Amino acid sequence: MKAMPYLLVLPALVLFAAVVIVPLAMTVALSFHDWGQYKGIEPVFILKNWREVLEDSYYYEVFGRTFRIAALVTLLSAVFGAPEAYILNRMKSPWRGFFLLVILGPLLISVVARTLGWALLFGGNSGLVNKALMSAGLISAPIPFMFTETGMVVALAHVLMPYMVLSVWAALQRLDPQIENAAVALGAGPLTVLRRIVLPQAMPGILAGAVIVFSLAASAFATPAIIGGRRLKVASTLAYDEFLNTLNWPLGATVAVILLVVLATLVIVANRLVERRYAQVFG
Amino acid sequence: MAFLQLDALSKAFGPHKAVDGLTLGVEKGEFVSLLGPSGCGKTTTLQMIAGFVEPSGGAIRLEGKDLLAVKPAKRGLGIVFQSYALFPHMSVAENVAFGLEMQGVAKAERAKRVAETLGLVGLGAFAARFPRQLSGGQQQRVALARALVIRPQILLLDEPLSNLDAKLREEMQIELRQIQRTVGTTTILVTHDQAEAMALSDRIVVMNQGRAEQIAPPHEAYERPATPFVANFLGKTNLIDGKAVRPERIEFASSGLAGTVRTRIFQGNHWLYQVETASGLLTVIRQNAGGTMPEEGASVHLAWAAP
Ligand SMILES: Nc1ncnc2c1ncn2[C@@H]1O[C@H](COP(=O)(O)OP(=O)(O)OP(=O)(O)O)[C@@H](O)[C@H]1O
Ligand SMILES: [Mg+2]
Repeated sequence: MKAMPYLLVLPALVLFAAVVIVPLAMTVALSFHDWGQYKGIEPVFILKNWREVLEDSYYYEVFGRTFRIAALVTLLSAVFGAPEAYILNRMKSPWRGFFLLVILGPLLISVVARTLGWALLFGGNSGLVNKALMSAGLISAPIPFMFTETGMVVALAHVLMPYMVLSVWAALQRLDPQIENAAVALGAGPLTVLRRIVLPQAMPGILAGAVIVFSLAASAFATPAIIGGRRLKVASTLAYDEFLNTLNWPLGATVAVILLVVLATLVIVANRLVERRYAQVFG
Repeated sequence: MAFLQLDALSKAFGPHKAVDGLTLGVEKGEFVSLLGPSGCGKTTTLQMIAGFVEPSGGAIRLEGKDLLAVKPAKRGLGIVFQSYALFPHMSVAENVAFGLEMQGVAKAERAKRVAETLGLVGLGAFAARFPRQLSGGQQQRVALARALVIRPQILLLDEPLSNLDAKLREEMQIELRQIQRTVGTTTILVTHDQAEAMALSDRIVVMNQGRAEQIAPPHEAYERPATPFVANFLGKTNLIDGKAVRPERIEFASSGLAGTVRTRIFQGNHWLYQVETASGLLTVIRQNAGGTMPEEGASVHLAWAAP
């Protein structure tokens, strides 16, 4: 009888192991293999790749850029997404549905089409927005967008914003509107209500959204690939290049494993923090 | 003019009149209950006094001054919401201190008054807890302390006891009445529980479909209901020849209206009878004095003093 629950999870466990654990273990193993231009991959155990990544400043630069971009994207999506969710939450029924669709819009469009759209708006001299701004005399040279970190941050924030909005919205929906009235009745002005009453209650949602957005931004591939190209690499495009252009699979695997470990650690730590801080308050 | 004066106060939601020309004067220190069935406009009335609902007609005056011109945040009223609406991310002490902080009361004075008020509602030991960690009755008392600590001119209570079980509710009623007596705050209580309204209030306002059917002290409203609605709402009542007669006023006698006992229910301190008579099925309540009482099917005579 006692074995029953374990038997029931067995199929899911087997599937999980087959499609997640095994490839992951193989990737980790791959990162310790040797590789040469002519001999290809040699299944031996060496630390060459790890040493290379950890000693070469080029990789630090790439990882630094990856996490800097992810952090900025997270900040941007929180700064815009949280108020967006608050306004959405206050809207009346027909409008709320409409604007929800507008906010979720970016998720419904292929990442390639969306990023190319940004490129068309801002790409060099011929970009629509740049052209308009220049002919209006507001700027003298086009705002650089392609091959810049700014471009990546803007494009990523655009597509990842919905995750933040939905996450904060879910937190706000549990909020009793009478609580805001209670604060008002006690003499609080609108800003005080936002800062002291609404924001703290939305915080678990903002933190959860931040974890999602940060992980997705740090591991994003298509957007950095289109906007950054081969010139401005982030961890995922670097790993991709090692796998498919240089064919140095072990080195690519090392980069991928580092990215995974950092993100996993981050998610776990953030979760712990949120739980410790909010468990007793929000249950 | 009364301390708080509602003049022909009205609120319409579209074509539907939630509150329809309510006029009521509340004296300083008085405890008034708004009593009525669900949807009769009690909450709407309270929310208009608090400033969260804008009246579509009429006036509200506090000490003769137009209250409607004052923003909700400046009215200085203490409100206990039906859902308590405690700040979940603040401790009990922080919840209670919030209003004082908004008034700019200095920290030391704040701490003193918070401790005082928590003591008053019997929660001195719970200052560091979060609302989540309290029972329903304790949360309700935090809400009460939070409203009382700012020394409001008027205390507004919206069904504050409706979420509690019967025993706790009774305890809280006694406590609420005591606290109100001690502090002397003018209080308006919204409830649909007639026993609660009668137990606590100096006067009750029996509301029906947005109008006040009767405004009177509980005893008077019970003994001399102004309308059949009030008679029915304030406890059981028999309509005999167009007159309302309370069931506990009818006695079993040797002569009088003849009838047959249909059902007899024992309810501890009293017996509840249904008696079939020429004037219809009458409800009779008799104190349980320990003696023998007519059984089901017995022929009886009913007598009562003219109301
Ligand atoms: N925002 C609103 N929009 C439309 N109608 C409303 C609104 N608020 C209240 N009403 C209507 O006004 C009437 C009175 O509502 P109110 O909440 O004051 O009743 P109540 O006496 O407090 O009832 P309960 O005992 O159920 O709380 C109801 O018919 C209700 O449907
Ligand atoms: Mg109500």
